[in-house]
Amino acid sequence: MNTPVIRIKDLATRFGEVWIHNGLNLEVARGELVSLVGGSGSGKTTLLRQVIGLLLPNRGSIELFGEPLFGGGVARERALRQRFGVLFQHGALFSAFNVFDNIAFPLRELKRYDEDAIHDLVMLKLSMVELLPRHGRLMPAELSGGMVKRVALARALALEPELLLLDEPTAGLDPDRSDSFVRLIRMLSEELGLTVMLVTHDLDTLAALSTRVAVLAEQHILAYGSTDEILHIDHPFIRNFFLSERSVRALQNSGHVPV
Amino acid sequence: MSAARIELTDQQGGRLVRLSGRWTLATTSLRVAELAADLERSAQGDTAWDCTALETIDSAGAMLLWRAWGRAFPQVLLIRPEHRRVFERIDTADHEPRLKPPPLSPLHGVMVVGSASIGGIRHLLDFIALVGQFGLNLAHVLRLPADLPQREISANLYKSGVRAMPVTALVGFLIGVVLSYLSALQLKQFGADIFIVNIIGLGLVRELGPVLVAVLVAGRSGSAMTAQLGVMRVTEEIDALSTMGVQQGLRLIFPKVVALTIAMPLLVLWATSIALVGGMVSAQMQLDISYGFFFQTLPRVVPAANLWIGLAKGAVFGMFVALVACHFGLRVRPNTESLSSNTTAAVVTAITVVIILDAIFAIATRGIGLPG
Repeated sequence: MNTPVIRIKDLATRFGEVWIHNGLNLEVARGELVSLVGGSGSGKTTLLRQVIGLLLPNRGSIELFGEPLFGGGVARERALRQRFGVLFQHGALFSAFNVFDNIAFPLRELKRYDEDAIHDLVMLKLSMVELLPRHGRLMPAELSGGMVKRVALARALALEPELLLLDEPTAGLDPDRSDSFVRLIRMLSEELGLTVMLVTHDLDTLAALSTRVAVLAEQHILAYGSTDEILHIDHPFIRNFFLSERSVRALQNSGHVPV
Repeated sequence: MSAARIELTDQQGGRLVRLSGRWTLATTSLRVAELAADLERSAQGDTAWDCTALETIDSAGAMLLWRAWGRAFPQVLLIRPEHRRVFERIDTADHEPRLKPPPLSPLHGVMVVGSASIGGIRHLLDFIALVGQFGLNLAHVLRLPADLPQREISANLYKSGVRAMPVTALVGFLIGVVLSYLSALQLKQFGADIFIVNIIGLGLVRELGPVLVAVLVAGRSGSAMTAQLGVMRVTEEIDALSTMGVQQGLRLIFPKVVALTIAMPLLVLWATSIALVGGMVSAQMQLDISYGFFFQTLPRVVPAANLWIGLAKGAVFGMFVALVACHFGLRVRPNTESLSSNTTAAVVTAITVVIILDAIFAIATRGIGLPG
């Protein structure tokens, strides 16, 4: 059980003439909550999309649970994809389905459960993300930003994934909602024993959630360690990112003391 | 990975069920029915449950057990605390009020008919409002020519006019050839060869040209307009425009309607000419009617009024295709289903409206431009 959940080796990505990543290595062990941070345009979301197989890197390899993302037939690729859940930045709920059907969709796709069992499982997922059964009938367009994220999280958890990938989980939420959403993610990840990788800009989220931080800058992972370790690294990007006045406040609030 | 296992032992005073292995979605989903039946059988009578040997259990696995237990903890249950939490979560979820479908009203049938009629009336009212808005915008532009959205009109002219030229030409040419060929077969039998010019000329200029182009444009530009407005509504771009004080009627709908009203007669002219060429080629090959004769006879047997009727039809068709497309585009609600159904409705309605207008034209102009 010591294979890392995510292993990225010597990854390189090019958009046109610009190298986004070059020689990027990263390993995420089971049970970790890793925050991926970096400046705008440093390729965080690109990296996340490569990890979930939506984009192909120009060079290098990505393995999840010790298996490559592609190859080995449709059945294997599908089975691998059922082991992780993704929360997209804007939720990516199916707008033609209501909340219930959105969460039921991955379960129905399995074609293993009858409607009764699916109903029970969806209701359970709804209650896990602290929504009420009556919310199941709402359409995505009728949901507030916070509810969209919760429904999207419930859908991501529908197939009991071992790995959860979150793209800007708190973007577009007010501080109060984003706090409660972060609490929810942490609670669920502890209870379900999830490995989590999230892309974030928000230092509050980062400080509250992550067990480790990966700093993406200069086309590779500049530093990878606990929040406190990262704070002690002397690098202009890290200084700018973590030690601005706002950041210091956020970190102090959560008990980390910047140097 | 070890599979989910059930062991049954009969003891004095009852039965003991030992569960072991991994009870996760991945391991149980392949044999849900089998496991559920086994558990059902085990749960009958006085049963003690020993879950201490479970490796892992997730909510999908726990739900299987929970359903077998009749949605409550069994009397005798040995379980590790971290696994008990999974069941407690299900227990909490069970206590939420159930989702009940709203009761069906006895007047359901009446309500369906009623809401359909109200929907239809609302469509009509919205469409009239749209036409009225267009009229107001037109008056506004005539009073203040500086407000004329020239660039939008020009862009729309290019998109729905110039870019439609190849396809209308191709379709026009082929229709001309086919029409001429089929007519020639019949006319030959009566020795009425020279009437091919009348048939093709009158048919294409007055009737087929405008309708054909309108159908093509409705499918091509009408759907594009609906989709564009629809997506702009979904992404709140229309709201953004109106907060900047830009009138959506003047900037989004007016240019489309004006552009199509101008482009359509030109496309009709273009497509009809090509169709006549097609007919001429076919007539020459089938009936040996020379190009020179065709050219000389055409203006004599097809009075110029027919051309004007054809062009007028083109303008009116173009205006309505654009108005119908905009009408449905503005009704798109922010979901994919609504976008697709409105785009479909826009094209179908536009073509139907074109045919209806064509019938009205046919009656209104029955005394004009027809020899004899």
